[in-house]
Amino acid sequence: MTRQHIIDRRLAGKNKSIGNRERFLRRYKTQVREAVQRAINGRSIRELEKGEDISIPKRDLSEPVFHHGEGGSREVVHPGNREYVRGDRIGKPQGGQGQGSGQGDASDSGEGEDDFVFTLTKDEFMQVFFEDLALPNLVRTALAEVPEWKSQRAGYSSEGTPNNLHVVRSMRGALGRRIALGASSRRELHELETQLAALRAAESGDAALAHERSLEIEHLEARIAHLKGRIQAIPYLDPIDLRYRSRIKVAVPTTQAVMFCVMDVSGSMDEQRKELSKRFFILLYLFLTRHYEKIDLVFIRHHTQAQEVSEQDFFHATETGGTVVSSALMLLDQIIQARYPSNEWNIYVAQASDGDNWHHDSSRCSEILAQKILPLVRYFAYVQVAQTEQNLWDEYLTLSEQHRHFAMRKVLDASQIYPVFRELFKKEGVEA
Amino acid sequence: MSLSALSKPLPGVSDWSFDLIEEYHDVIRATAERFQLDTYPNQLEIITAEQMMDAYASVGMPVNYRHWSYGKEFIATEKNYRRGFMGLAYEIVINANPCISYLMEENTMAMQALVIAHAAYGHNSFFKGNYLFRMWTDAGSIIDYLVYAKNYVAQCEARHGVDTVEALLDSCHALMNHGVDRYRRPGKLSLDKELARREEREAYLQQQVNDLWRTLPRRTDKAEEDTVKRFPAEPQENLLYFIEKHAPLLEPWQREIVRIVRKVAQYFYPQRQTQVMNEGWATFWHYNLLNTMYDDGWLTDGIMIEWLQSHTNVVYQPPVGHRAYSGLNPYALGFAMYTDLKRICEHPTPEDRAWFPDFAGSAEGQPKEANAWLPTLDYAMRNFKDESFIGQYLSPKVMRDFRLFAIRDDEAASEYEVSAIHDDSGYRALREALSHQYDLGSREPNIQVWSVNLRGDRSLTLRHTQHNDRPLGESTREVLKHVTRLWGFPVHLHSLNLEGEVRQQWTVAPSEGT
Repeated sequence: MTRQHIIDRRLAGKNKSIGNRERFLRRYKTQVREAVQRAINGRSIRELEKGEDISIPKRDLSEPVFHHGEGGSREVVHPGNREYVRGDRIGKPQGGQGQGSGQGDASDSGEGEDDFVFTLTKDEFMQVFFEDLALPNLVRTALAEVPEWKSQRAGYSSEGTPNNLHVVRSMRGALGRRIALGASSRRELHELETQLAALRAAESGDAALAHERSLEIEHLEARIAHLKGRIQAIPYLDPIDLRYRSRIKVAVPTTQAVMFCVMDVSGSMDEQRKELSKRFFILLYLFLTRHYEKIDLVFIRHHTQAQEVSEQDFFHATETGGTVVSSALMLLDQIIQARYPSNEWNIYVAQASDGDNWHHDSSRCSEILAQKILPLVRYFAYVQVAQTEQNLWDEYLTLSEQHRHFAMRKVLDASQIYPVFRELFKKEGVEA
Repeated sequence: MSLSALSKPLPGVSDWSFDLIEEYHDVIRATAERFQLDTYPNQLEIITAEQMMDAYASVGMPVNYRHWSYGKEFIATEKNYRRGFMGLAYEIVINANPCISYLMEENTMAMQALVIAHAAYGHNSFFKGNYLFRMWTDAGSIIDYLVYAKNYVAQCEARHGVDTVEALLDSCHALMNHGVDRYRRPGKLSLDKELARREEREAYLQQQVNDLWRTLPRRTDKAEEDTVKRFPAEPQENLLYFIEKHAPLLEPWQREIVRIVRKVAQYFYPQRQTQVMNEGWATFWHYNLLNTMYDDGWLTDGIMIEWLQSHTNVVYQPPVGHRAYSGLNPYALGFAMYTDLKRICEHPTPEDRAWFPDFAGSAEGQPKEANAWLPTLDYAMRNFKDESFIGQYLSPKVMRDFRLFAIRDDEAASEYEVSAIHDDSGYRALREALSHQYDLGSREPNIQVWSVNLRGDRSLTLRHTQHNDRPLGESTREVLKHVTRLWGFPVHLHSLNLEGEVRQQWTVAPSEGT
């Protein structure tokens, strides 16, 4: 018999079922989409990025086959008889449920009518969420296509320009070379000098010997002179000793973004409106995490005065009073100037308000935006969480006509947030 | 290699290594040869748990075409596995030549030995020996065929869109159980032949269909019209075959996919009919092989304890009413039956002699090494399916051990009736009832193609013949929609009782089917 083979398949053919899983998700896209939307509504800003359990009613998943239904007569054999003898009668369960107690052709899952629950991985979740979205006016420097360059040390090289010459390194190399090249000559020189000294010390004896010795001394001296010449001929500094500081250019993707959340917390903003605004911020935040490694969040709330606050205070502290939107915009501008230079940061602003503003202030807002803020930011999104159009809305409307990266929507219901988000960040290709 | 008994036992470590598996395998093979187990060549493959789930999800095959339902299976399997609800199966073994057995990376050495004995020798010899497998499946070509099927379906997806192909596969899957030939031997599948003949077949089929559905009827004599030919001339039980050959609107590639599903269904048909026999046989052999090896001094006590524990779990039969009860455990029943057959050969009781005069005591008085009980078991393995195996070999002792009893559920009666129990008056009835229970013909509704309205609306009429007045279940309409999608014209289904009265009927128009 031939030798049997054991085949190690562990590394081959992993994730064979991935294609089947994709098809499954594809088929239940609607349910998956809905579940993702629900999840987004229910989660808070920073914990959104994780998987989600999706549940689909079992009957939607069933693959029908012809099978027997209730009724007729059947005989079923069971194991484990304890008390029955032939002819015994057992009452049928009430309520028409009569399933013949563990029937041979009962449901194959044996789990009844539960929902089919499975977990969407984080990646799949995000995939569904961001499907066919791309950042509008996404300045390409921000992402991989045209990265920023940074010069960075990369050890030493033997080629370079004189201004990068590293003296110590070069000298160290030269020293080593000199030692190495002169080693054998020096060793011989040392030996010859010892011999010479010995000959000179023994200066007595007859003439023949003295003559012979002087000849030998002469010979040695000549040899010593030759060796010294050779040692001296080793160059002090050779071009191969030179070492230069090496600097290379490394691509640095701009991986940081700052997101400003600006919200009106005046008396007219009730809990429900705040909740709506929060969803909107979450969505933008999530979107940014997709594109940037580091994201700073800055929360600015305002009524008649604006202040920078923590996330907790931003959403939960209540204030009352009038509304002066420009105060927030001023503060926004100050923070950008002070902490987020626009050549280093991708700046996004999301503003939510109920549109209520002190009427003399609105034109001022539009002015600040147009002149100071819009030139610096990548994108400015404004949502109004109320129906009525007031002067702020009108002012913004004229702005949005002039600036492509200024977008505005009205949002009245939680279910409208997701579509709004999609519209705000629709693929550029789709818009054009 | 030499098999000196009572030599140094194989290392009883728990971590396996390739060398160790080879060593164990050599001993297991030599032991199996002593019992004359005839197998296909073995191919052992080490896989990860994840790959095991992959294989699980695609009905145990190493390759298969893509379909969402396999994705669903995978997700369900994975979930149960991760939560620890379910140990992964010991083994998956593929009825192919060479026979592929999967060994899971996570298994200990004892478990690998168990799997090798169970799958590579138990199942493998069953696949090679049992008449149903010999008749219906060609182990040599199944992998090739599935590769072909996978590529073909992928091509169709590229050409006609994933959704179209998916809908078609859904419809075919709905009829899969009614897409097998029960009495005719199909031609063997081979990759080369399939490829070579496909185009030819497509063209020919289409032509035939066109003929059948000729829109301009040939001028016919009055006389001929009176004797309108019935079509099909006789009822057809293989719905998928009928659709493949005669559905008016299918395109050639659609017919090919119907054919693929039909072929796969046919391949699994023997497995569905030999659960008890197959699992019982494999369990019987791992039990016997490993025990023999222990007697020969090959296995340490530690290894024994470990696989025996696993074995015990596998053959556990929870009694009715138990939380874990979900019908008879085929491993338990099959194992008990083969073990009892061996006992009847070796140490029969008077009862056995009365019930099984042919072979009771056939191994009596023979030396143990002769294994004189082998021919009886071999015969039982080769020539039966679950239904007939139980009908032939279920012994009173096994019925008593399992404390089997039969319950009759009659719609008309207000109570269930215990119709037979494990006593003298009940054995035969019980055996008959259980045998019936494993008869696919009574488990699955008997639905056949009855007629096609050739001259009128081209509707297809199916006929269900009720067995014991059992009606069709609630999913019937859904399945009919699938039939309509394939057929393209209205589909009727009549459900008749034995007296020939129509008890239920359905009609689905094509507009509902899509």
